[in-house]
Amino acid sequence: MSLGSPSSPLPEAVDIAVVGGGVMGLGLAYHLAKLAKRGADKPSIAVIEGSYLVSGASGRNGGGLRMQWADAGNVALMMESIDLCRGLAQELGINLWFRQGGYLFIARSEAASERLYRNAELHREVGAPTRLLSPAEAQAVVPHLDPSMVEVATFNPDDGVVFPWPFVWGYAAQAIRRGVLVRTHTRVDKLEATGEGYTLRLSTGERLRAARVVNATGAWSNELHRELGISLPNRPHRHEILSSEPLRPFLDPLVVDLDSGLYFSQSTRGELVTGISLPELAGYDDESLSMHSSLRFLSVLSARLTALMPITRSLKILRQWSGLYDVSPDGDAYVGSTPGHPNLVQLCGFTGHGFMMAPAVTRLVARWLLHGESHPMLSRWDPIRSQHPPGRRREDMIIG
Amino acid sequence: MTDRVFLCRCEDVTLSEIDHAIAKDLTSVEEIKRYTGLGTGPCQGRECIGPLACLLIRRGLADPTTIQPFTARPPTEPVTFGALAGTQPPFFADAAVRTDRDPTAEEPDP
Repeated sequence: MSLGSPSSPLPEAVDIAVVGGGVMGLGLAYHLAKLAKRGADKPSIAVIEGSYLVSGASGRNGGGLRMQWADAGNVALMMESIDLCRGLAQELGINLWFRQGGYLFIARSEAASERLYRNAELHREVGAPTRLLSPAEAQAVVPHLDPSMVEVATFNPDDGVVFPWPFVWGYAAQAIRRGVLVRTHTRVDKLEATGEGYTLRLSTGERLRAARVVNATGAWSNELHRELGISLPNRPHRHEILSSEPLRPFLDPLVVDLDSGLYFSQSTRGELVTGISLPELAGYDDESLSMHSSLRFLSVLSARLTALMPITRSLKILRQWSGLYDVSPDGDAYVGSTPGHPNLVQLCGFTGHGFMMAPAVTRLVARWLLHGESHPMLSRWDPIRSQHPPGRRREDMIIG
Repeated sequence: MTDRVFLCRCEDVTLSEIDHAIAKDLTSVEEIKRYTGLGTGPCQGRECIGPLACLLIRRGLADPTTIQPFTARPPTEPVTFGALAGTQPPFFADAAVRTDRDPTAEEPDP
């Protein structure tokens, strides 16, 4: 069975064309195909990917999944997502390298500590098993941590990590098994509105008609509909990440240092996977879609990591790379019909946390598209809000 | 002894795993890397990328004049966090202020 190719035959028309072969597009295609009844009513679905599957942010992120958010809606959504992940390896028939070692958030400054106290209280109300830890208790969870760098910590044992690549391949394989067409190495050069839907002009010279189009292209999402005169306020933003040489298991949780935006975890493959929030350089515009790497990232990260975990001084970095966050001004995704275009559905703007939310998001969006089923996050994510000034950012736990 | 052939010894990727990827139409170097993990270990592909390229060319899946290795990832050779940490002044004492400042600006007197 093919996992998508540049020569997968396409029909002249489909019911739903999903643009973007990342975790969102493939997860949605999987849930649509799984949910739809067999027979004449079953929608035909095609996923069109400009490069290869997992080439974008879905193949470049740290693979973390956490309930520890600052907003109740996000906490509840991630509880649903992590719950889905527990059975997902069986459901998709693939090893996801899913490991629930928890997330340890540490804070040193008063402002960051305050955020952790607030989160712990909120998580208790929503029902997530987060607990507050003293520096000594944090050191019991991560023995190599320098306790003088910690004022207070929170720990949620249900948070975890996956290896992103197989996760996406699993969605792709199961979508294809259920009849979804996956075409790779084929760009959508132009999207044209027709009376009944859209015509996709492809880089191969082909044309594909679709009653509904889903934009799941992440950081590239505004490119897709620029010529239709549609512009949403989400913007690409480059983030860097690295992995070390593999070691025997020595680190259980993913650790986030709230003051610096440093995060690190040990993957099931043994590598330390780590990133940090880099301060913007004055006069430097990083919305370019470029995915280069910098020495500055290595220096800033290494200084902070070795201060927090002195044992890492002699650990070697194997490789660094970067990927693109798709950042919305209020930190919330754009999911739903595009203003003025009810059959052009947005599934983007996830601001760096799309991968972890995808299991829950793709299922709820499939239910909405097929059955009109509502979900509390759908009204919040409605792209119509892009026509008003951005609201207050509800979420301050965007990391990396 | 087994008759398994390893293309990537760092990540234990065997010839049969490459065959498996190719059977799924994953025939480019970048796709095979992401499906099998080939080239992501300590040697970063130095040992396995050549044999993989030969295999793809021999099977008519790649053109010898245009085939490219996967994107090279810095650093060129493994470097310790300790060595790199020395290139940045310690900034944890006043993290919020220090991380927001322009790192190209001159260091104030201590």
